Amino acid sequence: MKTVRDFILSDAFNKTAASVFAIVIGLVFGFIVLLVSNSSEAVHGFGIILNGGFSTGAKGMGQVLYFATPLILTGLSVGFAFKTGLFNIGAPGQFIMGAFTAVYIGVQWTFLPAPLHWIVALIAAALVGGLWALVPGILKAYMNVHEVISTIMMNYIGMYLANYLVKVSIYDFKKGLSMNVADSAVLPKGGLDYIFYNPLGTVKDMSTVNCGIYIAIAVAIIMYFVINKTTFGYELKACGFNQNASRYAGINAQLNVVLSMVIAGMLAGLGGGLLYLSGASGRHIKVVDVLAIEGFNGIPVALLGLSNPIGIIFAAIFISYITVGGNFLQTLNFVPEVIDIIIACIIYFSAFALYFRKLLPRLLKKERGDKE
Amino acid sequence: MEYVIEMLNITKAFPGIIANDDITLQLRKGEIHALLGENGAGKSTLMSVLFGLYKPEKGIIKKEGNVVKINNPNDANDLGIGMVHQHFKLVHNFTVLQNIILGVETTKGGFLEMEEPRKKVLALSEQYGLKVDPDALIEDITVGMQQRVEILKMLYRDNEILIFDEPTAVLTPQEIEELMKIMRGLTEEGKSILFITHKLNEIKAVADRVTVLRKGKYVGTVEVCTTSKEEMSEMMVGRKVHFAVEKKASSSGVVTFEVKNLVVPSKRSSKKAVNNVSFDVRKGEIVCIAGIDGNGQSELVYALTGLGPVESGHIFLKGKEITKMSVRDRNVLSMSHIPEDRHKDGLVLDYTLSENLILKKYYTPQYQHNGFIRFNEVDAYAERLIKEFDIRTGEGAKTIVRSMSGGNQQKTIVAREVDYDPEILIAVQPTRGLDVGAIEYIHKQLVEQRDAGKAVLLISLELDEVMNVSDRILVIFEGEIVADLKPEETTIQELGLYMSGSKRKEVAI
Repeated sequence: MKTVRDFILSDAFNKTAASVFAIVIGLVFGFIVLLVSNSSEAVHGFGIILNGGFSTGAKGMGQVLYFATPLILTGLSVGFAFKTGLFNIGAPGQFIMGAFTAVYIGVQWTFLPAPLHWIVALIAAALVGGLWALVPGILKAYMNVHEVISTIMMNYIGMYLANYLVKVSIYDFKKGLSMNVADSAVLPKGGLDYIFYNPLGTVKDMSTVNCGIYIAIAVAIIMYFVINKTTFGYELKACGFNQNASRYAGINAQLNVVLSMVIAGMLAGLGGGLLYLSGASGRHIKVVDVLAIEGFNGIPVALLGLSNPIGIIFAAIFISYITVGGNFLQTLNFVPEVIDIIIACIIYFSAFALYFRKLLPRLLKKERGDKE
Repeated sequence: MEYVIEMLNITKAFPGIIANDDITLQLRKGEIHALLGENGAGKSTLMSVLFGLYKPEKGIIKKEGNVVKINNPNDANDLGIGMVHQHFKLVHNFTVLQNIILGVETTKGGFLEMEEPRKKVLALSEQYGLKVDPDALIEDITVGMQQRVEILKMLYRDNEILIFDEPTAVLTPQEIEELMKIMRGLTEEGKSILFITHKLNEIKAVADRVTVLRKGKYVGTVEVCTTSKEEMSEMMVGRKVHFAVEKKASSSGVVTFEVKNLVVPSKRSSKKAVNNVSFDVRKGEIVCIAGIDGNGQSELVYALTGLGPVESGHIFLKGKEITKMSVRDRNVLSMSHIPEDRHKDGLVLDYTLSENLILKKYYTPQYQHNGFIRFNEVDAYAERLIKEFDIRTGEGAKTIVRSMSGGNQQKTIVAREVDYDPEILIAVQPTRGLDVGAIEYIHKQLVEQRDAGKAVLLISLELDEVMNVSDRILVIFEGEIVADLKPEETTIQELGLYMSGSKRKEVAI
């Protein structure tokens, strides 16, 4: 009995419970919106959302993982920065600059052989993403410019610059999208093509998912170790919690701020690369004046995952799952805007995980106190 | 005897701890009643009960013989109970007058009416000798002045029972003197005062009676004039406490730490924060820099430890010039620093105790391997220091430092810095805000370091500490060293004169 109670009061359980609780409340609210907009089909619609990627079988689940891949990276980007005391609102800019870089190399640098081509493209995507965060990092560390302001500005610069560069270098005018990357630059399937497909007569209806999800999960695990187990992570977190004490301890606090931002930017940039190096059936860069939604969704992913890299993997998969499910709502009589609102509500409430994390132990402990 | 407030048999428990266990406190009209106890003895809880912030499980509160219910601070205010908090609750970019009327503004047709309040404030400040400029901004006036504003706030609300929560912690000796006068004046005008403190000198100086708490329990209430300081501290700590620091004569050796013509620029004015300061500290010697707060001590320490800028001059440690060295290099060369502000500089409050204990050592081969922290080693090290330095916590090495008491946080820093085994230990107000038990402990550590042949530089505002602990006293005034004295050859009064700038002698080094 005692072990059960200890488990219930343990930190890990508490964190997980808080995130799950936040999700449940988000879903309830989403259901209310469904009821209001179209009460006759609300229950059916809610079922579709809950079914998420499963609505279209194995391919659908593959799509969930495909769209979760960039979310894991941007979630890590925001979460990592947050752990080190910085608010990285610049993931959309870093993401799209990384995406452009990867696609550009994927289209143009055909002289590279197969595995090297996509590897180089990914590394370059990460570097450019890091470069996009370097500027706010330097401004923050040496001129005390708040990183929220400077990263937002860099978002717009990144978005317009990427649009411009796509148009002058790798634009497919017929489709109004960026060109397909060379086959050698498409991320390999890594065995996932044997799982995530729907049989369509004699052919396979393939999901777009590829080894990017492996890379994303591996990066999350690496980040977990960097943050929690290394002296580097120890320094970065110390600077995040208390810059003065870090300086007192002889840590170069300013350099660490810059490094934190650059690493966050590299993560987001890599996310851009992973999403767009996915062949003809995958995503292409649209030249529109909209900030990359994958970048902003990194914020709720990080919040829902409580900035824990492992939590972020699950949070990203959940949000991707709900989004894919939401898209299938169009089969019913729902206006597309309502679908977006519902998904936004669920994500919005999910971000309250942090609040529930504080609330839950108080409720649990209170109850325990009454019993004893 | 008529009691204006009585708290009878108050019991307040929190999960796992009984903060107040059957405590009785009776305040007479027109008296200054001290509430004495170590950190964590339950003083704040008791006052929070009186102020309506906590509801007690047992016990009643009476005002002038009638039982009253205090459910929130507004009830307390209606009953005429006011409080000066240790950390002032003032709006910094408001004027004195605006702060005083905040919450009880007079309005005329929806517009602020300032003339009447101004008259009332001026009358009050006249009556009680609380000189303030009603139009000065809070951020421009001294801490002592800000405290007067807090007192005026209570008077403006016609409070009869005034609670002072450790009011002297932030004041200079002169300001303390002034405050004592004000407190006596208030009681002469019929106000009753509850004075929370753990400084026995102040109780002796100003209080009529004192109630002592220890570990949440009521120890007793005694008349101050018939009780000695030793008796009071024994009541508070539960054992005899040595005020005089026991130490042998110093056997100082070669110069370890030397400062030559140091100049530090000031952030606020063109005047230098530290002006042409030279001194040295030898092995086996405690040198104390005494002075009123704000005379350049912080800037001096920041310059010595590498946290702040140096305009000109030289600093030597073990014969090496360190003036331009990084903080890390100075530490490695053998410097420890117990900082003035333990929350700002000394601790990462959201880190665990063990993570804080390795703050200066995490990168050494002993605690990391290939960039990975060796948590087993770290925990073993933390366990050793916890035992050696008697750091008390809820969850041992895994305790988040923010949840620890102030005394134990300070012990954490002292443990880390002393165990760093430095040649020079720079300790800045190491006993600030601590109770006598912890103060005694820290003084003992400083003397032990000295006896182990280390050089100790102590920066202190407490004259008792200066006189008791040091082997040599340097007095700093407006950024200059104005005296170099031996504690056995001087008096507190003489020190006071040097500290206030009314006396100076040429210091030849």
